[in-house]
Amino acid sequence: MPSVTMKVNGKEVTADVEPRALLVEFLRQNLALTGTHVGCDTSQCGACVVHVDGNSVKSCTMLAMQADGGEVTTIEGLASGDLHPVQAAFKEHHGLQCGFCTPGMVMSAVDLLSKNEKPSESEIRHWLEGNFCRCTGYHNIVKAIQSAAERMSA
Amino acid sequence: MPDTGIGASVTRKEDKRFLTGRGRYTDDLNRPGQAIAYFLRSPVAHAVVRSIDTAAAEAAPGVVAVFTGKDMETDGVGSLPCGWVVNDKHGEPHKAPPHFPLVRDKVRYVGDHVAMVIAETLGQAKDAAELIEVDYDEQPAVIEAAGAMEGALLHEEAPSNLCYDWELGDEAAVDDAISQAAHVVKLDLVNNRLIPNAIEPRAAIGEFSPGTDAYELYSTSQNPHLLKLILCAFVLGIPETKLRVIAPDVGGGFGSKIYCYAEETACLWASKRLGGRPIKWTAERSESFLADAHGRDHVSGVTLGLDADHTFTALKVMTTANLGAYLSNFATCIPTYLYATLLAGQYITPVIYCNVKAVFTSTAPVDAYRGAGRPEATYVIERIVEVAARQLGVDPAELRRKNFIQPEQFPYQTPVALTYDIGDYEPSLDKALEMIDYSGFAQRRAESEARGKLRGIGFSAYIEACGIAPSAVVGALGAGVGLWESAQVRMNATGSVTVMTGSHAHGQGHETTFSQLVSDYLGLPYDQVEIVHGDTAQIPMAMGTYGSRSLAVGGSAIVKACDKIIDKGRKIAAHLMEADVADVEFKDGNYTVAGTDRSKSLAEIAFAAYVPHNHPEGVEPGLDETAFYDPLNFTYPAGVHIAEVEIDPDTGITTIVDWVAVDDFGKVINPMIVEGQVHGGIAQGVGQALLENCAYDESGQLVTGSYMDYTMPRADDLPSFKVDMTESACTHNPLGVKGCGEAGAIAAPAALMNAITDALGVEIDMPASTEKVWRVCQSRRMAAE
Repeated sequence: MPSVTMKVNGKEVTADVEPRALLVEFLRQNLALTGTHVGCDTSQCGACVVHVDGNSVKSCTMLAMQADGGEVTTIEGLASGDLHPVQAAFKEHHGLQCGFCTPGMVMSAVDLLSKNEKPSESEIRHWLEGNFCRCTGYHNIVKAIQSAAERMSA
Repeated sequence: MPDTGIGASVTRKEDKRFLTGRGRYTDDLNRPGQAIAYFLRSPVAHAVVRSIDTAAAEAAPGVVAVFTGKDMETDGVGSLPCGWVVNDKHGEPHKAPPHFPLVRDKVRYVGDHVAMVIAETLGQAKDAAELIEVDYDEQPAVIEAAGAMEGALLHEEAPSNLCYDWELGDEAAVDDAISQAAHVVKLDLVNNRLIPNAIEPRAAIGEFSPGTDAYELYSTSQNPHLLKLILCAFVLGIPETKLRVIAPDVGGGFGSKIYCYAEETACLWASKRLGGRPIKWTAERSESFLADAHGRDHVSGVTLGLDADHTFTALKVMTTANLGAYLSNFATCIPTYLYATLLAGQYITPVIYCNVKAVFTSTAPVDAYRGAGRPEATYVIERIVEVAARQLGVDPAELRRKNFIQPEQFPYQTPVALTYDIGDYEPSLDKALEMIDYSGFAQRRAESEARGKLRGIGFSAYIEACGIAPSAVVGALGAGVGLWESAQVRMNATGSVTVMTGSHAHGQGHETTFSQLVSDYLGLPYDQVEIVHGDTAQIPMAMGTYGSRSLAVGGSAIVKACDKIIDKGRKIAAHLMEADVADVEFKDGNYTVAGTDRSKSLAEIAFAAYVPHNHPEGVEPGLDETAFYDPLNFTYPAGVHIAEVEIDPDTGITTIVDWVAVDDFGKVINPMIVEGQVHGGIAQGVGQALLENCAYDESGQLVTGSYMDYTMPRADDLPSFKVDMTESACTHNPLGVKGCGEAGAIAAPAALMNAITDALGVEIDMPASTEKVWRVCQSRRMAAE
């Protein structure tokens, strides 16, 4: 089996992986980082979104080998302190219910705000097209991201 | 307003773990030495299975075992049961053909379970499954509810593919009233089949311990105790003392995780066959599409009679309900007792008749999905009332108002068996009309028309029966279980409290709501309350979560247990304060003696109960109480949703420009959580009306088997919602609460379809897809030219 090396949440990791192993499988199975979820098999739902080299990526669409040499941040590594402002805003505005889509939703939102400091409601909704939530109707997710944007740019 | 008590929008206790990736969902768990299961599913809709050759698969790399229905038959594995007997209109019980976890003679839908492959890795199991040779003798598929009775026979036990032909009400009286009505309005409706799609796919780990003969099952279940009972009593024959079911964090359910399915059953059974090796299975999304229980799927003919002044005189509903290939656990009661009994809606209709023919088809089993029967009933009533208003040329809001049950008429006995304890429908309507600026609609419509757009407004004045349900009532109607709930409240010696609840949370926020409740009742700090759920080894026998019942039934059980704690504590407090028990009052967490300054906190009493050096005679040590609560009636949440849409006739795109929801859920513990439940319900209802549709082709292949084909509501399909509430407290539970989890999904489809058909001027069925709407717009345009 080929070996891959990457930096995950600031820590360098090396492991042997099957060539067909997806990045999400590597994170969940090899590294036990189970915060990144799998909700579909067609790259639609976005529960598996992580950051690779600073961009949000569906980790089910990428082979682990493709992330070789890269820098990966998962939901477990997002906050430097207690909660990242986006995480805190999701809590404050009830932007999650069952929590299963939440890690991908948060990672996606963080990437949005890194590219667009003050997105409009429709820009947020458009950005979230690749993240399904079955619980919240997105209402409070949108509110949370708007609130986080204000807090982060303040 | 208290910060953390009843009525406060407290942020959720459970959020931190979910936001930081520390949730603990079933697929996150791994057991030492586990092997992975994969199910070979039927690629055809209906076939006799002539033979299954597993030899090559068994020899494949990494394969531990390959099992078929024959292996289960050898071990005496039973059929997955249907837990509700519905007697047909002749008094005969419904037809109940067997539903084996792995097929034995035939496959009956695409996705049916042909073989179980267990290997060291999922990849190896999938590779091996491709080596299994199955000889299928294909039979014609049966897809649609309409016409199913004339289709190929699926089960010997069910002639004409008919499960039951059931009725409620006096058909002759209804026909008579309709024949004498001044106005008769008719409508044919399709309630489209949906696939639930909780974002966490189902998963299970089954583990048998040869040392103790005990089993453990981790499962994505909404009701671990019910799952345990079914597995022990009906399917696997495991003694109840030897099975523990744990449902850890569960990522959404919406009904689809109520049931005992083939996969978890097979994992548990296979673990024993393999000497105790843990067996793990996680559904891929395509398996969820194929084999999670689907929802809805009715076709109905509806007739409403009105007298000359537009008072409703009679309602007749003829429905065919598609139950799929096999009976899921509660499939029979959904299109009957959870459907026809709601057909009075919020209105006085003197006579109502409903006939339901429930049929088997070669499609996935159909069972409860968010709302379960009540969305179908609401859709029938609220569509026919809207169409009646159009045909009579009256304001749809005023036609509703005219026929509302009036506040002084409660308790109100409907003609369809239910007794509504309380309700007040006009305030919700008035508030909703104001919130959407109904008086300004004509002008908004004119502005849209000036821009070449079509604008419509639609109402849905829904009612639901929740808090399911009084055990004696459901027992008389055929339920195989009681529908109470349990709670255990354990004061700890250091003053904190641990609450074991039978209600399972999979997004509803029970850890927060129940903590608020207990904190309020016992006068203890909110963060001193810990809620435990989802483990049959830790929690008394319980019934679980469905039918918006957790607070109304589970919460009421917690209140009863708290009352027992307070009563026992009072005896201890009286003894310690040398007072008469009758003179000791409990308030805000303190026992006081009337007319004195003597006081003991509940925390002090808890300590004294566990360190009983000075204890009242005849009182046991400890402070740990269990209660069971059996509701006295259903609860009846009700409200009004109004949708306003704008349609672009050139593209067929429907934009929801405004949505207001005014709901009466009785007392509310946490408004933030309740509003969140409403938002999510509306989104699912909008999904049904606008986007979602489960489609099989003529051969029984699932055409909508992935997220690329089944249109889930995305963030940019939905607006922000305007949500408000009115309150008439439930009269028969200690909290005055009614339940809020399903309301949005019940109300929304009718509101949206009424708005869309108002804009189009043509009646169409759900989903009002862009294509369907565009075609209507084009034919309108051609007719006009």
